[in-house]
Amino acid sequence: MKKRIFSLLMVVSILMLSLAACGTKEDKADNNKDNKQETQDDGADKFYIGGIGPITGAAAVYGQHVMNAAQIAVDEINAAGGINGALIEYRFEDDVHDPEKAVNAYNTLKDWGMQILMGTVTSNPGKAVKEETHADNMFMLTPSGSAPEVVQYDNAFQVCFTDPNQGKASAVYIADKGLASKVAVIYNSSDVYSTGIYEKFAEEANNQNFEIVSAEAFTDDSNSDFAVQLQKAKDNGAELIFLPIYYEEATLILTQAAAMDFKPLFFGCDGLDGILGVENFDTALAEGVMLLTPFAADAEDEKTQKFVSAYKAAHDGTVPNQFAADSYDAIYIIKAAIEKSGVTPDMSVSDICDGMKDAMTKITVDGLTGAGMTWSASGEVNKDPMAVIIRDGQYTSAD
Amino acid sequence: MSFITYLINGISLGSVYSIIALGYTMVYGIAKMLNFAHGDVIMIGGYIIFTIMSTMGLNPILAVVISIILCTLLGITIEGIAYKPLRRAPSLAVLITAIGVSYLLQNIALLIFGAEAKSFTSVIPIKPISLVGGRITISGETLVTIPLCILIMTGLTIFIKKSKTGRGMIAVSEDKDAAILMGINVNKTIAITFAIGSALAAIASALMFSTYTNLSSTSGAMPGIKAFVAAVFGGIGSIPGAMIGGILLGVIEILSRAYISTQLGDAIVFLILIIVLLVKPTGILGKKIQEKV
Repeated sequence: MKKRIFSLLMVVSILMLSLAACGTKEDKADNNKDNKQETQDDGADKFYIGGIGPITGAAAVYGQHVMNAAQIAVDEINAAGGINGALIEYRFEDDVHDPEKAVNAYNTLKDWGMQILMGTVTSNPGKAVKEETHADNMFMLTPSGSAPEVVQYDNAFQVCFTDPNQGKASAVYIADKGLASKVAVIYNSSDVYSTGIYEKFAEEANNQNFEIVSAEAFTDDSNSDFAVQLQKAKDNGAELIFLPIYYEEATLILTQAAAMDFKPLFFGCDGLDGILGVENFDTALAEGVMLLTPFAADAEDEKTQKFVSAYKAAHDGTVPNQFAADSYDAIYIIKAAIEKSGVTPDMSVSDICDGMKDAMTKITVDGLTGAGMTWSASGEVNKDPMAVIIRDGQYTSAD
Repeated sequence: MSFITYLINGISLGSVYSIIALGYTMVYGIAKMLNFAHGDVIMIGGYIIFTIMSTMGLNPILAVVISIILCTLLGITIEGIAYKPLRRAPSLAVLITAIGVSYLLQNIALLIFGAEAKSFTSVIPIKPISLVGGRITISGETLVTIPLCILIMTGLTIFIKKSKTGRGMIAVSEDKDAAILMGINVNKTIAITFAIGSALAAIASALMFSTYTNLSSTSGAMPGIKAFVAAVFGGIGSIPGAMIGGILLGVIEILSRAYISTQLGDAIVFLILIIVLLVKPTGILGKKIQEKV
């Protein structure tokens, strides 16, 4: 309840801030034009790529990995001479996994001169920002915003699977590998990401050789006690619990399951990625947890190894997660689309977007998160699902 | 079988609500004010235990003891700085101050510890026990919470009934001016009440975060509100009322989640509060106070 009052106050203050900002926007835009004009004269033309995601708050792990990995990709491209000779200028803004703040971040980046958006990292902010990018006709590529609504308009594309596809892929994976015959689901009914995956999972389960014995929801206001949901799963003899939720609640579920001596197999989607990074979380509890994600840092191909070691070197030995890989791929996908379409930095935002969205359906990119990724005009990606399993406190490939 | 498990879980959750509700109800009974910052003292208590135990690596019992001492000091400080100067002010002013203190504590915690949730390590190293061939499992936290709650309740009742300070509290709650005339130091009595309430909040935080291990700057808000509901439910100002209200609330919450809907647990809890207040505005054990004209 208090949270609500607080968020209301936040909304009011943000509104006031954005109103206050309106007056000066035009001047700033003019300044930007002037600046760009100058840089053009120098012959050092640049693509301005902006990123938006949570650097602080509940989903901070995702945003930080995306921000850092994109920087690595940008540095690599710039060191190799840029895209068609034009270097990339990159800037990342925090949205605290909050739609209003994401729109604020978008406006900040626009004032800075952004031409292409690599964001948002999470789905709810993405749904707010897509309206803005659609209105401005700005090209938008989200590394990990997986709700289908994020790519509703033709200017937006995804690197990750959409939520429904994650649900379907999870059901297929569980059945194919024969992981369980009785499955329980715990999902967050106040979150689109979670409900989206759950609905598709339940639909696909009808076609597969396992049954859903209990499906219990919780909400953002009642996300601390999971004893009831776990007890129902236990009573119904579930061998596997499917968790299409984010990692913070998952740590609670794992702790409470251990406290009631209940040890099923836990299976999640990309929202569980980051669970090993929660401060003071006993990673032994996560032993054997499986998650559907297109990236495992221990994979032995040269591309992954090169990326992982670059990331570790730049960030005190932190192992990059799936979000980092999505983001690294996103920058290279933008590069491929720019090269295919032949757009140049001096074109308007709208012209760049028109060229790139046309090129997106024609390119094929081999990235960290999948070989031969292609895109449909709807913005959804086409690639094979993969799963990782947590062993000895590390994400390792399950296949 | 699962009904019994739900019931035990409900009583365990309710016991935590009771301990928190005691803080609300004692302060209301004696100082006639609603201390909305009480829930946030719980959150601070959680962070103190977390810091001592997980960051500094000391013994959990020691961490809880230090947390009780620091929370007691915090309670006295809040009362002395924010509420004492307003003793003669209209009650609305005190209420608003309490909300202000609540946000202050939340934002201080946010500044110091950041927005990311921390995973709290249980202070209770007891393994879960299985009964009836594994069909009922009781967690170590539950095994400690319920007896501890009963112990606190009995101790507190004896303290108030038998000790001089305790009887001073009753006197202040019944008639502040008469208590002054009888030589009772009202300010000291109110400070002691805050000290006891905050110490209980520290104990509640150890029990609560051991079961619900996510610790963030808003972790105290919802349990605080629920405990306030429990206090009103049982009859605000009444110590046995807080106990009954808390346990009933916990049981209702868990059972409605188990048998009606996992999503509607909170809605049902607040609905019941409204119904109780409509039928019996003073709560289950609340006394009817006659307004003197």
